[in-house]
Amino acid sequence: MQVNLKVKRFDPVDSGGKTWWQEYTVDIHPDSTVLDSLIHVREQVDGTLALRCACRASICGSCGMKVNGGARLVCKTRVVDVAPNGEQLTIEPMGNQHVVRDLVISLDTFFAQIKRVQPFLQPGFVPDHGEYTASNESMENLLTSMNCIMCGCCVSDCTVLEVDSNFIGPAALAKAWRFTEDPRDSKRDERLKALNDEDGGIWDCTRCMKCVEVCPKGVAPMDRIMELREAAIEAGNTNTSGYHHTESFYNSVKKNGRLDETRLAIDSAGWMNIPRLLDLAPIGIAAMRKGKLPPIRPHKSENHNQVKRLYESVEGESK
Amino acid sequence: MYEHDVLIIGGGLAGLRAAVEVTKHGADVAVISKVHPVRSHSNAAQGGINAPLTDRGDDWEGHAYDTIKGSDFLADQDAVEIMSREAGEAVLELERMGVIFSRGDDGKLGTRRFGGQKKARTFFVGAITGSAILHVLFEQSLKLGLNVYEEWFVTKLVIEDGVCRGVIAIDLKTGDLHTIKAKAVIMAAGGAGRVFEPSTNALICTGDGLSLAYRAGAPLMDMEMIQYHPTTLARTGILMSEAARGEGAYLLNSEGERFMEKVAPDYMELASRDVVSRAEQTEINEGRGIDGNVLLDLRHLGREFIEQRLGYLQEVSVEFLGIDMAEQPVPIQPGMHYIMGGIKTTVDGATIVPGLYAAGECANVSVHGANRLGANSLLDTVVFGRRSAAHALEYIKSVGSNSKTEEDLATEKARLQALLDRPTGERSATVRDDMARGMTKGIGVFRDQASMEGALENLVNIKSRLPAVSVENKGKVFNTDLMFALELEFMVDCADAVVAGALTRKESRGAHFRTDITERDDENWLKHTLVYRDETAEHDTRVETSPVSITQWEPVRRVY
Repeated sequence: MQVNLKVKRFDPVDSGGKTWWQEYTVDIHPDSTVLDSLIHVREQVDGTLALRCACRASICGSCGMKVNGGARLVCKTRVVDVAPNGEQLTIEPMGNQHVVRDLVISLDTFFAQIKRVQPFLQPGFVPDHGEYTASNESMENLLTSMNCIMCGCCVSDCTVLEVDSNFIGPAALAKAWRFTEDPRDSKRDERLKALNDEDGGIWDCTRCMKCVEVCPKGVAPMDRIMELREAAIEAGNTNTSGYHHTESFYNSVKKNGRLDETRLAIDSAGWMNIPRLLDLAPIGIAAMRKGKLPPIRPHKSENHNQVKRLYESVEGESK
Repeated sequence: MYEHDVLIIGGGLAGLRAAVEVTKHGADVAVISKVHPVRSHSNAAQGGINAPLTDRGDDWEGHAYDTIKGSDFLADQDAVEIMSREAGEAVLELERMGVIFSRGDDGKLGTRRFGGQKKARTFFVGAITGSAILHVLFEQSLKLGLNVYEEWFVTKLVIEDGVCRGVIAIDLKTGDLHTIKAKAVIMAAGGAGRVFEPSTNALICTGDGLSLAYRAGAPLMDMEMIQYHPTTLARTGILMSEAARGEGAYLLNSEGERFMEKVAPDYMELASRDVVSRAEQTEINEGRGIDGNVLLDLRHLGREFIEQRLGYLQEVSVEFLGIDMAEQPVPIQPGMHYIMGGIKTTVDGATIVPGLYAAGECANVSVHGANRLGANSLLDTVVFGRRSAAHALEYIKSVGSNSKTEEDLATEKARLQALLDRPTGERSATVRDDMARGMTKGIGVFRDQASMEGALENLVNIKSRLPAVSVENKGKVFNTDLMFALELEFMVDCADAVVAGALTRKESRGAHFRTDITERDDENWLKHTLVYRDETAEHDTRVETSPVSITQWEPVRRVY
């Protein structure tokens, strides 16, 4: 069968730093992956096409790139699954990272993020002999994050990194989780405090789910970030607007059966945080002009007492 | 100009373990690798790492004997003793660095069974043991602030007055060629699987390290010993870990029969790899296969167990073949997987070239002999990676800094420029593919004089085409096209040594099984083959032999 590829090309030197699109049509085996197709192009059609790949078995993490706009590991992406009717496939380098050439991106952004989370075990003591004792469940729990192969797909498609390059990013936070959850590590509180306090830390995630969607190894970085938030709060880190936002959300729904948006904005900023409140004022005024300002006194939902009972029931269960 | 006390080529397990050791002792070290360390092929090791732990009722002699028996008595017993004695501490040390090994109910490390071994002594992380260890060693490298030349491709070792003094390498991101001086160089550049097609190996396993050392005068030892792994996924050739059989999976032929009963009644599916691969190939050759495969059956293990302990296998089976292993047996076949052969070293990793060390798959100590046991390769990397570093640290104390190395750079620049300037000819990929298919055909699970001569003839043809291989990409930045042409030259060197070794050994031993001479011949061939590169000799190879070290285990007939 045939596959039609439209590949974004870039060469910083020989073509004066311009990007261009190049189309290739090649014959492939019906079971071929997108990587097989690109290797076929590189080996038989166009030796100038640059891409990274090594294991072909989704364990080395080399071949992350965008297929039809979303990051994927192309070694585990079969052509028939993404182009069942022979549609043209658009192939681009991953996002949020600097392009070196064609489909090859610089790894500097990714590993700079990883380095921010002290990505190594910091045990409190070293056993005199033998290994650390830990339950098998606690170790298997960490597999979720150890499955990460550092391919960078989550970083590529992270919608926060698109606008805030200071965000530690989904992969590095999943890595951080791997240490806060490791019973052998002695720096859990320090790690959580740092991730909570730092600009670009756990509260910068907008929960868009993109990283969960594109991760080829089931790491689900956003879920790890949410667990880090809970752990940070439980460890007493309640000084962030992220925490106030969560708390206000909880309280207003419990009280009114629905969200009090005005209060949420003010609670999140902090009642004493004058500069931040002044920042919010123009938004409030603009919303008012358009008739979109939420009510100052919140509406209550009709059966808000039922909502309260739901809270009590759920919280009772978790106790 | 770059300069280090110790330069390590390769950022996989052997390289990173060596680097950690050098750093601990305060010497200046750098790793150079054509890929980022976490992309290394150590990732692909799935099932586990062996270690006999005495507090678990095991002993080093048991592991050593299983290893030696597995090697069909070709392993050097002094080297195996060292590996088995140091294994426990090597594995525990990895755990203390942060590896999340699976545990038993007592919270201590748990084991699974692996092939060719009497005891369950394989420590593991699901079916991603290599990846889990590699990533932890990488974490340690970040902690120690290790200097890594990422995506630099070594084209030549710098040898002065017979002593290794550094390397010449291309920085792939800029295309510039540099000299990196070093008092000692540790070769930890991995295997040469791509000399064969198909192979379970990553596309980066092109024998660079073997060839670089071979060109510098080091002999390659027992290169005819090519491991065909018994379970590689049909059509794709992806590795399906021995852990599947270690946890109880069956091998079935088209008649639903557990055919291992015929050849290994005691060990069944867990006989050593050469034995199992031959049994499978026999079933396939005699018409009891299914489209050139036999079946790996895990159904009786249950879905929960499969997903928990062998999750990665289930992932690739579902995603690449659409087969749910809890419901259906999965078709597999023997596939080229590992080279037991490699750069001959002492038990301290030293080669015959002063200043040049080797560890990991590119080296041959020899602990694997004619057949490696599963889960001994990871052990080999960490034990001998550390030992190479320790010995190199001693060696550099007596080495002064050097000044002459710039001379080679101009010569090497001219060589690469000439390659770029060649008129349009054959693509390196076409020549590589022809070479690798010829190697698999001639030096397969079964081989004989005629098939090996066929491989040689094919190689003669390949070498005649080599000077006309051209590079289409003339650019500087990330020019992999140029790198592939250079890798092909490395692979041809390895192929030379494999064929020369194979044609020399007139017996069947371990992975070298000749259908025309089916017996092992200890009287004449209980020895290593050593292939030297010699451009004045026919086929550029000169073959010698050396004795096998026997300490306490006299060779006996191998029965599983």
